Amino acid sequence: MKKFNWALWAGFLLSVIAFLSYPLFFVRFAVTRDFPWVNLLLFVVAGALVLIGIRRAFAADRPHPKRSKVAGATLSLLSVLILSSFIFSIFIMSRWLPPSTGAPRVGQKAPDFTLADSTGKAVSLGDLLTSPVDGKVPRGVLLIFFRGYW
Amino acid sequence: MRGIEQSLTQFRESGIRPVAISVDSPAVSSGLVTQAGYTFTFLSDPQAEAIRKYDLVHAGAGIDGQDIARPAEFLLDSTGTVRWVNLTENYWVRARPEQVLEAANKLR
Repeated sequence: MKKFNWALWAGFLLSVIAFLSYPLFFVRFAVTRDFPWVNLLLFVVAGALVLIGIRRAFAADRPHPKRSKVAGATLSLLSVLILSSFIFSIFIMSRWLPPSTGAPRVGQKAPDFTLADSTGKAVSLGDLLTSPVDGKVPRGVLLIFFRGYW
Repeated sequence: MRGIEQSLTQFRESGIRPVAISVDSPAVSSGLVTQAGYTFTFLSDPQAEAIRKYDLVHAGAGIDGQDIARPAEFLLDSTGTVRWVNLTENYWVRARPEQVLEAANKLR
């Protein structure tokens, strides 16, 4: 049991956690979502553990040298792949957005529309601007366009 | 969206009505609203009509390659005039409720 390469496995597991905890948890809070510093920090710790693990995997005193090297190489490679896909999806792919040069600008009238709400009732922009909020005509409407859950 | 829901009291005090719009059907929106506990209005634009009018179509970006909306926020005053816009460059980075509220408090 003393020979079990815990640093290697812990490092690999931590990279999996560092990756998954962003969409599953840290995305909920603006401070950890806008810049994923917690996840990057987890990756740094994971990287350090994997490095310790590789050193150990390739040490001369391993009871099963071949098995140890294969595990070391495989798990460290997988960890690097996980980190790369994290960086790709958080910093690169998420920026592939259309420029929207024709979007209404400050000072322009917002285009009207009529769409169904979640109960199926038709609602127009005019309704949103005039129907009361807490008994008062709203001072404004915030339109939030989002990607949707498909 | 969670941030908006958590700040709903402040939005109400500022007289601002938040409205979320996506290509999701009313059934999907209704499921999301129930599951996440959202209490503001969600509108369905499955044909991307409004999304097209606002030039926010992200062509083929849906799970089955359908057109969806790129994230964006618009604050309109009571006359329907745009007073504040946020077109994010990264879909993980969204307008924070406090930014919107600050802009909202400048409305008449």
